[in-house]
Amino acid sequence: MEALLALVIGVLTACGVYLTLRGRTFPVVLGLTFLSYAVNLFLFAMGRLAIGRPPIIGEAAAGYADPLPQALVLTAIVIGFAMTAFVIMLALKARAELGNDHVDGRADR
Amino acid sequence: MNHLAIAPVLLPLLAGIVLLLMRHVDIRVRRVLSVAAVLVEIALAVALLAAVVDGDILVYALGNWPAPYGIVLVADRLSAWLLLTTALLALFALLHALRGIDVSGRHFHVLFQLQLFGLAGAFLTGDLFNLFVFFEVLLLASYGLLLHGGGRLRTRAGLHYVVLNLAGSTLFLFAVGTLYGVLGTLNMADLARLAAATPTENVGVVRAAGLLLLGVFALKAALLPLHLWLPAAYAQASAPVAALFAIMTKVGAYSILRVDTLIFGAGAGPVAGLLAPWLLPLALATLAIGTLGAVASRGLRLQAAYLVVASAGSLLTAFGLASAEGIAAGLYYLPHTTFAAAAAFLIADAIAARRGELADRLDPGPTMPRNRVLGGLFFVVAVAVVGLPPLSGFLGKFLLLRAALDHVWMPGVMATVLVTGLLTLIALARSGSLLFYRTQSAVVAPVGSALALAAELTPVAGLLLLVGALTVAAGPAAEYAQATASQLLQPYQYIHAVLGGS
Repeated sequence: MEALLALVIGVLTACGVYLTLRGRTFPVVLGLTFLSYAVNLFLFAMGRLAIGRPPIIGEAAAGYADPLPQALVLTAIVIGFAMTAFVIMLALKARAELGNDHVDGRADR
Repeated sequence: MNHLAIAPVLLPLLAGIVLLLMRHVDIRVRRVLSVAAVLVEIALAVALLAAVVDGDILVYALGNWPAPYGIVLVADRLSAWLLLTTALLALFALLHALRGIDVSGRHFHVLFQLQLFGLAGAFLTGDLFNLFVFFEVLLLASYGLLLHGGGRLRTRAGLHYVVLNLAGSTLFLFAVGTLYGVLGTLNMADLARLAAATPTENVGVVRAAGLLLLGVFALKAALLPLHLWLPAAYAQASAPVAALFAIMTKVGAYSILRVDTLIFGAGAGPVAGLLAPWLLPLALATLAIGTLGAVASRGLRLQAAYLVVASAGSLLTAFGLASAEGIAAGLYYLPHTTFAAAAAFLIADAIAARRGELADRLDPGPTMPRNRVLGGLFFVVAVAVVGLPPLSGFLGKFLLLRAALDHVWMPGVMATVLVTGLLTLIALARSGSLLFYRTQSAVVAPVGSALALAAELTPVAGLLLLVGALTVAAGPAAEYAQATASQLLQPYQYIHAVLGGS
């Protein structure tokens, strides 16, 4: 399970970095989204992977999952979601004002 | 529990919310409210400074959850110093904005207060993840402020700024996650305690996370090679926003200083001195590149933006010396360079408004109305920015050079600081003579009344008065900076205050 999750995070990050370095705003926004997915999974995994364990105290629990990363991920998701919405609006505004969707506003590239 | 530590964070947040609710109320009411909130913030910052001046560290546990389980706000000398600098700067940036820029778009005052909320939170928080959250708050407000007023070039600069900072936020989360995964805590005092006892097999991971943090903070502080976003963004922002942003690079410098002294300080065992080999060379290179950029600039606002890069370089050079004298020199220099950079943006705006089509381009242009007043003020701003006597910039640079005397990098620091000082002097002298001496006779802009001129230049004069006050009160200010530096270099005080007995 650890290897699979590490692979998923690695692939998401690689895709995110590649797309962020593209010249058009749409792939850049997608790349940032991929990066935030990767980091959310990464944060979640930092509490160690455990299946079927409760994060809050219960009487019959054999062990516990770390609740803090779950709270952190929740915060990170909310912030990431708001930021994505903002950057999409900004990209649309740039498309409208600069006349094309290149990040430098140059149509010839 | 001392509520004074949370008051500077809550006040701008509440003011921002109230201003948002009052968005249909007459603009004059909102302006009064916004200025009043900043004035109270200054009073709170002064009260906080008075409370910590004797070396006390105020800790506020949110929800009364004890550290390290809950989030704490920690006010020590460093936090109070930066808070006061921010609040004073905000007042004059806001006064300049009241001259009409605040109505060129929506929600200026709300965003301005939320920006102050993010800044105050970042300076006061004692929790690494909470620092991330406050970074996001201040960044989101800064995106709005940067784009305020609109325009093609501003949108383009804003897009670059936003995308770069979003990527930086991702890196921040990776660093925070790694530290939590290895050390199991996010409270900075607890991190410092646990990092010093890192088991050998985890040292590499903690070092990687620490350097990742340095990368993130370097992006905010505009440290070479992560400074490329700054000049375009600051040059395109409206003048009061650019003036307020003069404190934004200092947030990065503050974070570097805090993490460097607290978590990776001399007492941190296997991870001690992690950032030191990187900080000084990069800071010197930043100073050099920023100055060269200022010399090569074709516009006054771009020049001011490059001078912000250079000022971040000299500030981090002082912190990079990693001695009590070096850090104290940096802390004395910090408010000076913040006020001087902000004044440079504001005077550039006043000049650009009087040169018609040329705006702030450094080409020979028309004679400006009231050019003696403007020129005189530009001269004083330039003296402050370059760091010539008699203003506090000279004292700051003198303290920096004196602190460098005992350092192994002494020749490099001396040469870079002195040569870049000379180059800045040449750059600003050239700009000044182009703007005020090599002029054609025609006056394009109408000569306004003396009263309007006085109102326009009040913020610049106010910032220069602050610089003057820092010069007159150099003794107490330098003493305070010295005390702050020694407090930072004894991180067990901070750890003890937050975690109690252990």
